[in-house]
Amino acid sequence: MPEIIRASAVVADDWQILRPAAETPLAEVEIPVGRVVVPLALWLERSAELLSRGDTGVWLSGTDDPAPLVRWLPQLPLVAVDFPKFTDGRGYSVAYLLRSRFGYRGELRAIGDVLPDQLFFMRRVGFDSFAVRSDKDIQQALRSLQPFSDVYQGSWDNPVPAFRRHPRAWPGQHDGN
Amino acid sequence: MYVYDQVDRNLVAERVAQYRDQVRRFLAGDLTEDEFRPLRLQNGLYIQKYAPMLRVAIPYGLLSAVQLRMLAAIARRYDRGYGHFSTRQNIQYNWPRLEDSPDILADLASVEMHAIQTSGNCVRNITSDEFAGVAPDEIVDPRPLCEVLRQWSTFHPEFSFLPRKFKIAINGSVEDRSATAFHDIGLYLCRAPDGELGLRVLVGGGMGRTPIVGTVIREFLPWQHMMTYVECILRVYNRYGRRDNIYKARIKILVKALGAEEFARQVEEEWALAKDGPGTLTEEELKRVSAYFTAPDYEPRPADEGEFERRIAESRGFARWAGRAMRPHRVPGYRAVVLSLKKTGVAPGDATAEQMEQVADWSERYGFGEIRVSHEQNLILPDVRAGDLFTLWEQARKAGLATPNLGLLTDIIACPGGDFCSLANAKSIPIAEAIQRRFDDLDYLHDIGELNLNISGCMNSCGHHHAGHIGILGVDKDGEEWYQVSIGGADGSAAGHGRSAIGRVIGPSFKAEDMADVVSRLVEIYLENRETGEHFVDTVERLGIAPFKAGVYGTPVRTKKEPSEGVVADA
Repeated sequence: MPEIIRASAVVADDWQILRPAAETPLAEVEIPVGRVVVPLALWLERSAELLSRGDTGVWLSGTDDPAPLVRWLPQLPLVAVDFPKFTDGRGYSVAYLLRSRFGYRGELRAIGDVLPDQLFFMRRVGFDSFAVRSDKDIQQALRSLQPFSDVYQGSWDNPVPAFRRHPRAWPGQHDGN
Repeated sequence: MYVYDQVDRNLVAERVAQYRDQVRRFLAGDLTEDEFRPLRLQNGLYIQKYAPMLRVAIPYGLLSAVQLRMLAAIARRYDRGYGHFSTRQNIQYNWPRLEDSPDILADLASVEMHAIQTSGNCVRNITSDEFAGVAPDEIVDPRPLCEVLRQWSTFHPEFSFLPRKFKIAINGSVEDRSATAFHDIGLYLCRAPDGELGLRVLVGGGMGRTPIVGTVIREFLPWQHMMTYVECILRVYNRYGRRDNIYKARIKILVKALGAEEFARQVEEEWALAKDGPGTLTEEELKRVSAYFTAPDYEPRPADEGEFERRIAESRGFARWAGRAMRPHRVPGYRAVVLSLKKTGVAPGDATAEQMEQVADWSERYGFGEIRVSHEQNLILPDVRAGDLFTLWEQARKAGLATPNLGLLTDIIACPGGDFCSLANAKSIPIAEAIQRRFDDLDYLHDIGELNLNISGCMNSCGHHHAGHIGILGVDKDGEEWYQVSIGGADGSAAGHGRSAIGRVIGPSFKAEDMADVVSRLVEIYLENRETGEHFVDTVERLGIAPFKAGVYGTPVRTKKEPSEGVVADA
């Protein structure tokens, strides 16, 4: 079973990401058995059927507007955001909006071109599971989750910026000088 | 100036450790070139023509003597004994080794400096007015908000993989000395009638392939909302900016496509939900950061002005230099002094390690240990007593830093160009030198007056050619280096009477060897036509480009030397 990072640990995971061919009409897409993450368009088209199926999650691309999904968010066990290329940063804003604007509290997974050095940023905007690209060392990825002991600005993980969280030094208050 | 506390120190130290590990993984083959590229770029490391290039941030152009000495030491230890000050208040080293780059970053961290986000598709070094805090026309000192925004943008998790690079400038004076309108976001500090501090917000300015002067999307944004508002601009850009074409990926293209009004509407809609959130700046934090930028203990000496006047009367050379290099200071008895990095024969913006050390020494001897870097690629001593100016001049002259050309035609802004940069279509440095040699007569140069001549080796416009009163752009035609000339650009400064404008191309491009002649002709047409008090750019504004075009193209440029090689038209 493939491994992912969830809650700061490497765990086995059986969610399958369904990426139907673009030319297949949504009504005809075959849904495999087991836990499946379907694209947003498919969910919106067949939500009643998929909802009754139970173990279904939804993935969004960077260009998807998460707003139409909002009414189902409380029922979804998994939402994923796809990174077609690691340099395509739209998914960070999509994730941030899902969490902070639309109140999604379930598992939020980064899928696609997910590389170890992106995990720090991803975790901050609200991802809590990471399908690290299979050719990359997942243990290395786990180690690079938290390269910094503090951060300046707020995001989903902690909306409060450093200057509100703890007292920062005024001139003359520096240790050693 | 700002001093790192434990939070800042930890972040920079941890960044060095993270980068060191990334370099190790790259050298071990665990990271491909494509995967490593954005990581090294966000630490300032480019791969250039002959070697890597390391770009180090000088946040809002402010340096201490200790920091400048470290920049000199790095030039010696890891490079070839010099550095290049760029138009974005950065310094670039042209010859470091990739393997050494983590050590260089560690050395920088030891003096509270870094190369974080000096490249890559992220928020770059925040730039500002090099005379901040000392300029008499200052409305509000921009440095505290620059520092606040520097911290906010550092490792911003949502905006580290934007469609393209993102540049922000903050200007706090009446005169715009930061080319603010040419930034992705330009912020002008201002005060409401009731005295409240705020910002006028411009978006979508930029140079490059599609030069655009930014558009105001908000006339007055109270100061505490700076970060939440900038966050919303960036979110709209991150989500909707184009990613399919690198040449259309800057925010200016999105603003243009949507229309500034619609873009502003989307930002305001987003901001309605983010406003007053925890990202709102507090009075306490603004006070804390501002406390690092209080005025030093000025002690004007009454005899200084008399001494200065006497020296001016005695020495024509000193008077000429002071007339150009000196800038007014808000404290009587003091001046800000610009040290020219535009000596003929030296690449514009280059300084040797020795020069950097000398400037650091002078900053302590004749000031409060502070140095500024301008987007015009010169160094500034912000607090020199009038009575010390003569001695400083004598020393600066010996060090090759007292060319009396500030703001004049030979104070050329130029990118490193084809001599170093792998993006360049053509060389910049030899063109700058040819022009400087042509205008080596100081009387003539001073008679021509204020004239910004800017050279870029390619469309990326690092040499700000679009904003030059005369702009020169290197172009590639069938593998040969050619130069396109534009006139009438203006960067928003007093030299162009506050206008921000894109220069207009006068016609077909020229060969390198014709460039000095072309500039000579443009200047002659100006001198023949100028009215009293007009700068070159004013005459262009009044007459349009037609007479300049006629004067330049009327007869082949090189008739005197090689009649067979006239002006060749673009296809």
